[in-house]
Amino acid sequence: MSSPPSEEVAPQPAGIVERLVRDDLDRKRFLKMVGTTGAASFGAFVLAACGSSSKTTSATAPAATATTASTEAGSGSGDLAILNYALTLEYLETAFYGKVVKAALFSGKVGALIKDFGRQEASHVAALKAAVEKLGGKPVAEPAAKFPITSATQVAELAYTVENLGASAYLGQAGNIQSAEVLASALAIHSVEARHAATLGTLVKKSLTPDGAFAKPSDMSTVLAAVKPFLA
Amino acid sequence: MSDKTLTHNEAAGLANPELAGFEVHGMTRSSFILRGALAAGAVYGTSAVTPFVAQALAATGSGDVEILNFALTLEYLEADFYTVKGKELSLSGQARAYATQFGQEESEHVTALTAAIKQLGGKPVKKPKFAFPANSEGSFLALASVLENTGVGAYNGAAPSIQSKQVLAAAGSIVQIEARHAAAIDLLIGKSPTPSEGFDIPLTKAQVLAKAGPLIKA
Repeated sequence: MSSPPSEEVAPQPAGIVERLVRDDLDRKRFLKMVGTTGAASFGAFVLAACGSSSKTTSATAPAATATTASTEAGSGSGDLAILNYALTLEYLETAFYGKVVKAALFSGKVGALIKDFGRQEASHVAALKAAVEKLGGKPVAEPAAKFPITSATQVAELAYTVENLGASAYLGQAGNIQSAEVLASALAIHSVEARHAATLGTLVKKSLTPDGAFAKPSDMSTVLAAVKPFLA
Repeated sequence: MSDKTLTHNEAAGLANPELAGFEVHGMTRSSFILRGALAAGAVYGTSAVTPFVAQALAATGSGDVEILNFALTLEYLEADFYTVKGKELSLSGQARAYATQFGQEESEHVTALTAAIKQLGGKPVKKPKFAFPANSEGSFLALASVLENTGVGAYNGAAPSIQSKQVLAAAGSIVQIEARHAAAIDLLIGKSPTPSEGFDIPLTKAQVLAKAGPLIKA
């Protein structure tokens, strides 16, 4: 098994995200790992680095094959990392909506919209997995997720936050994507996340356009820090 | 598209985007797609997003300035629609609130795109004259839905051809707003805020012009 160097996964009270922000070299190594079989389980990687006891079933990275190892140095490696990053976020969103639907907090038109959004996030998961595999990479395993679900209002507000974050995450990566096809896919998803955010904005009476006339991008470390509370 | 304005006849002539022999600056559509596929580094098999990609790669002519001017034309159109037409129709309630907010935001897009084109050493298109076929709040909102959704498709269609990262960042930051507008309008008129489900479909320039062209008068 190709395990990452110990310094990258040693549990750190400050967390991997803070290290990423401080150390660009670490970030490059991190991205390479996310994009290859060396760290097929993104969730486990973040967990290990953040010092939580890792009880996820996906904690073990599978052995690198000759084929996948050769993609590590290839031109697709940057896009692979980005796709796997997006896949992780989509896994989280799908899990969130799944739990919300199960909690049966919404009915009627709003309930139908919530179900639609969950289905759409699941379709993003499928598309991103396919995109990763097409590039010869290995999709990250689904992370274990936990979301607070207490009331309809609280959930809708959390959904608003998560969707805005997701849109911002895609926008933050657009300029890093090398392949025109991957970019087209990312953009097709990006605007849907924005639609979700705006819809939820109308439900919770928050701004349709919280950044004003120009949406703001968020970088990977910011987004990872923001979703960390949702990783079980 | 150069900075010449589109005549009504030219726009009408582009109404059918399925023309097999459709030419984009002297290149046939198929060679345009192939060029895009080669640029992407591989030839992909079928997947959930490949049909959309073929569309996107064939979307526009060359040059960031050209793409920005195409976007600027659309933003002029939307800004005018909300501020001028919106005022003319005495909208009320949520429709009026949206027209005010969205008109302001589209106007900011006009300003930003104009500046971006100048920064690239290009010549921003002049504001065209428009005619909007809407005479009631209902028809206004229906047209708003068409315009915003078309805007999303236009930006998503053009974006993979953009060469500059800064221009791409600007396009991405604007398309999100169009998508937010589209969702809000669609909800208001009882339509789905996600008309093409999980993936917004990139549009070719011809498809965009089929919707927007008839509204451009000069």
